[in-house]
Amino acid sequence: MLKTVEIWCLSLGALLLSALLIAAFILSTGNSPFEVFYSLYRGAFGSWFSWQNTLVRAAPLMLTALCTALPARVGLIVIGGEGAMVVGGLTAAITGIAMQDAPSFIVISAMLIVGGGCAGLWILAVGALRHYRNVNETISSLLLNYIAIAVLNFLVVGVLKDPATLNNPSTYSIGDKNMITSIGDSSVHWGLIYGLVVCLAMWFVARRTTFGFAADVTGGNIRAARLVGLPVAKIVLLSCFLGGAAAGLAGVIEIAAIQGRANSSLNAGYGYAGILVAFLARHNPLAIIPYALLLGGIQASGGLLQRAHDLPDATVAVFQGIIFMMILSSEMLYGRIKFLQPKSMMS
Amino acid sequence: MDNDIGLWSVLIAVLGGAIRVGTPFIFVSLGECLTEKAGRINLGLEGNLIMGAMTGYAVSYLSGSPWLGVLAAATSGCVLGILHALLCQNKQVNDIAVGIAMMLFATGIAFFYGKAFIQPSAPHLPSIGFGNWSSSPVIKAALDINVLFFLGVALAPAMAWFLRTSRWGNAVRVVGESSDAALSLGMNINRVRLLSTMAGGGLAGIGGSYLSLYYPGSWSEGLSSGQGLMAVALVIFARWNPMNCLYASLLFGGAAALGPALQSVGINWGYYLFNAAPYVLTLLIMIAASSAKGTVRGMPGEFVK
Repeated sequence: MLKTVEIWCLSLGALLLSALLIAAFILSTGNSPFEVFYSLYRGAFGSWFSWQNTLVRAAPLMLTALCTALPARVGLIVIGGEGAMVVGGLTAAITGIAMQDAPSFIVISAMLIVGGGCAGLWILAVGALRHYRNVNETISSLLLNYIAIAVLNFLVVGVLKDPATLNNPSTYSIGDKNMITSIGDSSVHWGLIYGLVVCLAMWFVARRTTFGFAADVTGGNIRAARLVGLPVAKIVLLSCFLGGAAAGLAGVIEIAAIQGRANSSLNAGYGYAGILVAFLARHNPLAIIPYALLLGGIQASGGLLQRAHDLPDATVAVFQGIIFMMILSSEMLYGRIKFLQPKSMMS
Repeated sequence: MDNDIGLWSVLIAVLGGAIRVGTPFIFVSLGECLTEKAGRINLGLEGNLIMGAMTGYAVSYLSGSPWLGVLAAATSGCVLGILHALLCQNKQVNDIAVGIAMMLFATGIAFFYGKAFIQPSAPHLPSIGFGNWSSSPVIKAALDINVLFFLGVALAPAMAWFLRTSRWGNAVRVVGESSDAALSLGMNINRVRLLSTMAGGGLAGIGGSYLSLYYPGSWSEGLSSGQGLMAVALVIFARWNPMNCLYASLLFGGAAALGPALQSVGINWGYYLFNAAPYVLTLLIMIAASSAKGTVRGMPGEFVK
């Protein structure tokens, strides 16, 4: 219990400190921090319109964050969410194009399964290389991002190109009837619900199942896990597969709910922002949800910051970098602040 | 016959590309090599590279001297290196995660302040035309070699010598091989790592200034394509040996030049696939260089868990 309080206190402290640093940064650009923070709030959560914008951006972030968070629970730092999202979206688009005339329920299910499955295998390869060959998973997952994007570009300007898309080369459309619809009359699509459900399910798996417990043991001390006879290889590979599949779903949603075809919008940076969300949430799938909303909100307000304060779009990246560094720095305080420690540990 | 000329010009373009595209790799990989020799991984060198490219270009434009730009780029890289080292001083803080955060932060800052410098054109670094004897424009272009390349080539043996024989170099190696041994020798581990990360970051900054001040030769947000990250893999391939870093950088430069070289002779098919060549190469090399036992020959002892 006290551990949860410690996480809350230190995370909030780190966020407050980043807010101060961001305020200092805004001052240095000659703007008023209060006005910029107010615009940030208005652009992210100030109206139903901005809420919708935030939610649409938070949905893929929840899923790409899992691509870093789940492998992190077994001790791997995977940053391949961007590539997994591309693979998921691309394979889903190919599936959708090939099956276009089937009933839409079947097409959407097939896209989710193929996209999630292929992206899962993509990150599973990272885990397998790490486990069996000791290839650094951070670097290999990052290289796979570039390779996935190259394959996407190759197909999108090549064999899969719809000649009608001149300015922004894209594949053929998956067909309007096969799109994931919006919730009610909002502009928020059902992909958000997928994201929420997957995060909740992964939280349940991590906290309430034997597999989740075994994964935490493996992440804590892999030798101990081997000694007690846990199937370490299976646990590592499955965690990577689930993480990749989650990011793949983000790609499927981008295709099936927004674009209707695969193009460069698949590598628009959700994968990289997901890394930040995962670290903010300390790899807890449940905590990913609020942090994805926070990050989605910051990104959603970028346009307003540009219009109202003449701050370029890179401002959002600076904010994210500051938050990321402060959260990581707060790691050094865990176990150091006396009144947050359990009594028995103090003596 | 036509085919022959095509093949030759591809070969020459790849060789020229090895030098032209490989130069920033030399600086970043040597920087990463030095950092890792001290037992720390700096994944944020991509940020140093982009930051160096931006400050180098901005200072060169404002002062009119590209060399001042290189100096400013090195300084900005040093500052980022110090920041990385300070954040990592605590054992509970993961150096790889800090690297990712630094990359995000430095890229954001560089794009933020770099907006003003996308349009104007800054004075470039000079190059020496070794190909002027030839009438062929292909050979001329391939042998137009920048001064920074020679600096990088000289730097590799210098660093090898520094690490092997000098007092400071040995301190770096001891800290990287075993922090326990370094402690028992009374060394200040954090200071050695701070200085190594700082110097490594500075080198990456110089690599960045090459990008904006010579090739491709202007500042834009799409300037770097992950060279800073590939450097980390490159150092593993080079087995933490500065001379190998130099050779590996040239190999990577050649691989990266393959796509454009084929396009220049009219082979457009698979341009984007050939662009992935350096990444595929890195991945294959990493798989080949790693072993199931977990240790790689030449790896600093601090990385063995």
